[in-house]
Amino acid sequence: MQLIYVQTDRCLGCRTCEIQCRVEHAEEKNLFAAIRQIHPPKKRLFIEQQGKVKAPILCHHCDDSPCMAACITGSLYRDEHGIVQRKDELCIGCWSCIMACPFGVVARDADVHVAVKCDRCPDREIPACVASCPTKALRLVDADQLSKERRQEILFRGSSLAE
Amino acid sequence: MKCSIDPAVTEVLNNHKGGNKLKTAWDRYEAQQPQCGFGELGVCCRHCMQGPCRIDPFGEGPDRGICGATADTIVARGVARAVAGGTASHSGHALHIAHVLKKMLAGKTPDYAIKDEVKLKAVAGRCGIAIEGRSSKEIAQDLVEKALSEFGDKGEALTWAATTVTKARLETFSKLGIVPTSIDGTIAEVMHRTTYGVDADPVNILLGALKCAVADYTACHLATDLSDILFGTPQPVVSKANLGVLKEDAVNIALHGHNPLLSDIIAQVASEPEMIAEAQAAGAAGGLNVVGICCTGNEIMMRHGIPLATSSISQEVAIMTGAIDAMVVDYQCIMPAIATAAECFHTKVITTMPIAKMPGAEHIAFSDENAVECARAILRQGIERFKSRNPDKVCIPQKSSTAIAGFSAEAIVAALAKVNADDPLKPLIDNIVAGNIRGICLFAGCNTVKVPQDHNYIEMVKKLLAENVLILATGCASSAYARHGFMTSEATIRYAGKGLAAVLTVIGEAAGLGGPLPPVLHMGSCVDNPRAVDVAVAIANKLGVDVSQLPVVASAPEAVTEKAVAIGTWAVAGGLPTHLGVVPPVLGSKLVTEVLTSTVKDLLGGYFIVEPDPAKAAVALLTVIDERRAGLGL
Repeated sequence: MQLIYVQTDRCLGCRTCEIQCRVEHAEEKNLFAAIRQIHPPKKRLFIEQQGKVKAPILCHHCDDSPCMAACITGSLYRDEHGIVQRKDELCIGCWSCIMACPFGVVARDADVHVAVKCDRCPDREIPACVASCPTKALRLVDADQLSKERRQEILFRGSSLAE
Repeated sequence: MKCSIDPAVTEVLNNHKGGNKLKTAWDRYEAQQPQCGFGELGVCCRHCMQGPCRIDPFGEGPDRGICGATADTIVARGVARAVAGGTASHSGHALHIAHVLKKMLAGKTPDYAIKDEVKLKAVAGRCGIAIEGRSSKEIAQDLVEKALSEFGDKGEALTWAATTVTKARLETFSKLGIVPTSIDGTIAEVMHRTTYGVDADPVNILLGALKCAVADYTACHLATDLSDILFGTPQPVVSKANLGVLKEDAVNIALHGHNPLLSDIIAQVASEPEMIAEAQAAGAAGGLNVVGICCTGNEIMMRHGIPLATSSISQEVAIMTGAIDAMVVDYQCIMPAIATAAECFHTKVITTMPIAKMPGAEHIAFSDENAVECARAILRQGIERFKSRNPDKVCIPQKSSTAIAGFSAEAIVAALAKVNADDPLKPLIDNIVAGNIRGICLFAGCNTVKVPQDHNYIEMVKKLLAENVLILATGCASSAYARHGFMTSEATIRYAGKGLAAVLTVIGEAAGLGGPLPPVLHMGSCVDNPRAVDVAVAIANKLGVDVSQLPVVASAPEAVTEKAVAIGTWAVAGGLPTHLGVVPPVLGSKLVTEVLTSTVKDLLGGYFIVEPDPAKAAVALLTVIDERRAGLGL
C-alpha cells in the first residue's frame, strides 16, 4: 500500500500542492484555463497551520474508512488499488462522509453539491501534490518500506550514540 | 524536453565535453517545475512586510491582501514594476553613453570620437538645436546637455519622445496624461505609486505603467541616437551567425551584453596587428577571433561585421563548445550560470561594469577614460587563457549562416533612395498600397526556455513571409533569424510571397546587392527598437495618418525580460497590436487582462495579443493587418 507521507518540517506553506491538485482535476489540465472554468476545480488537500507548523492535510485512504462506512448511497467505494474513490452520480450531498472523516479531508463542492476527496490522481503515476512540492515535503512511499526505514533509523541513531 | 531548434546549439548540448554535472538553463527550468501558480498569475505581493499576500485565483480563499489590495491592484502593480525595471535598464544604458559623450567633449575620454556627423546634425536638428555655422563639437555639447536633461526633472515633455512620434500620437499621450517629463523620475514615480498604500486603482496604475513605457521608449531612442553618433550609424554588412563562427586555431573572445561603449572599443582593438601577433605568439595561428553574443553581438555585427555566435538563452552553450577563451560581459541578460559553466572548461569570464559582478568571474573594471588600454588588457586575458585550452574538450559545430545585418532606418531609406532618389518612401508606400507588401511586422524580444529556442520565431516568420509581410527584427529576434539563414537574398527567394519577393528584388538590385534584399531586415539590438518606430512614423507622417492606422504589428514570441515588458508596453502605447508568445503574469486579474488586451485599443490603437501557438499567432497578426488595410481603404 502506498502512502503520501508528509514531512511537516519541510512544508513552507506555499500552497503549490493545492494549486496543482486543482489543475490536475480541471477540465483542461492547465492553470490558465482552470481559473476560467465556470465551476473551478476544488482542492482535495489542505494546507493548515498551527503555531509555526504548516502542513498539508490529506486523505489517508484508511483501510477501515469511516467515510465509506458512512456513505449510504455507495458513492464512496474502494478501487482495485485500495484507493477510496467516489462516484459523482451517486452522491446525494448528505455530507455524512464529512462528518465521519477524522482528518477533515472530505470537502463540499458547493457549486455542484457533491463531496470531493482525494482520488490519488488516477491519470498520474505520482500524484500532482507529491510531484509538485518544491521542498519534497510530500513523498509517495510504500507503507512497509516506510516502517522499515523507521526501524533502520532507530538502529542508526542507537549505533551513532554507542560510538 | 526539446531545448532548441537551432542545430548548432543542439549539437553542442548533445556532444559537449563538460561532463554530466554541467547543467544548463533548460535543466534548471525542468528542476523548477511546476512553477508557482500564484506567481504565474501575478497574484502574489511582497511590497510590504505584513505580507507576502496571495489571492486565491479559484475564488475560495482570500480575495484581498492584508492592506485590502485585490487581485486587480496586485497584478497591475506587478506589471507597472516590471515596466519600471525595464525602463531602469534602458535608462542606465542611455545615461552611460551620454556621460561618455560628455566626457569626450571635455577631452577626458580620448578613445571615443564623433564618428557620424550627419547623424549628429540630424538628431540635433530634430531636437531644436541650432546647426548652421556651428562646429560638431558645439552642436554635440548642446545635444549632450539636452540628453542629460531628459533624465532629471525637465518640467516639460521629454524631447526624444515628443519629437520622434507623430503629432497625433503626442496629443493622444497628452490626453491620457502619459507624457513623461523625466526618464528616471517616471521610474521613481512607478516605484512610489506601487509601494505600500499609494495607488490602488488598477487602471490608474496601468496608466502609470504606460507613462513609464513612454519613458523607456525615450531612453531607448536616446541610446540608439548617441550610439550612432559615437560609433557610426549601421549600414548593410555581410557577416555570419551561429556557433560555427568559433575557430579552433584562434583565440576566441566572446563579447556578451548590451552597451557598445565596451564592445565597440574591443572590436576596434582586436584588429590591431600587435594584438593579433600576440595571439599568434601564444600559439593561435588564426590570431584573434572576436564574436558576439546577445545584443552586444548585434551591435558589433551591425557596425563591424563581427560574427554573432549565439543568442542570450544559449550563452552557456557558447562556453560548452570549450573553444571560448574569454567571455567578456557588461550588463543585462548575463546569466550568473556562465561562471558555473566556465568551471567545466578553461574559459575565463570577465565582468567589466561596477554594477554587474558575478561570483566565479574575474572583474576587470572598464574605464571609459582609458578604454583602449582596458580593451587590450581584457584581450590579453583571453590570449593567456588560450594556452590552457584543452583540445579534447573542444566541440565547435560546423554550422553557421550568412547574415546581412545593419538595416538602420537611415540604411533602409538609403536603399529605397536607389529606387526613387527624390522620394525614397514612395516605393515602400506604393507597394503597401498595391498589396505587394501586405503589412510590416517587427519581431523583437528574447529566447525563452518555455519554448524550444527559436521555434515560435521561425514558425511565425515562415507564415508571415509567405503572406507578403515584410519583417523587421531586433535583439534576440535578429539573432534567431540570422542564425537560421533568414537574412539573405536566398531567403527571399525561398520564403517570401510573390509580391514581397518582387519588391525586395527591385530594391536589392537597385541598391547593388546583386539580388533581393533579405526578407527579414536586421535593425539592431533590443535597445534599437525605436529604429523601427522611426520607419513607421515616417510612413504615417507621409500618409498623413497615425501609426495606429498602419498595417504594422509587433511580436515578441519568446519574451523573457522586464525590458521586453517595457518595450512591448510602449509598442502598444505607440499604436501597435503587439503579440506575446509567452503568457505574462497578469491572468490572475480579469480586469487587467481585459484592459491590456482590449480596452487599451480604444485609447491608443495598440493592444496585446497573447497567443502561445505560433500558427494561431500568425493568423491573428494577419487578421489585424487586414483590418488596418481595410481601415485605410486598401
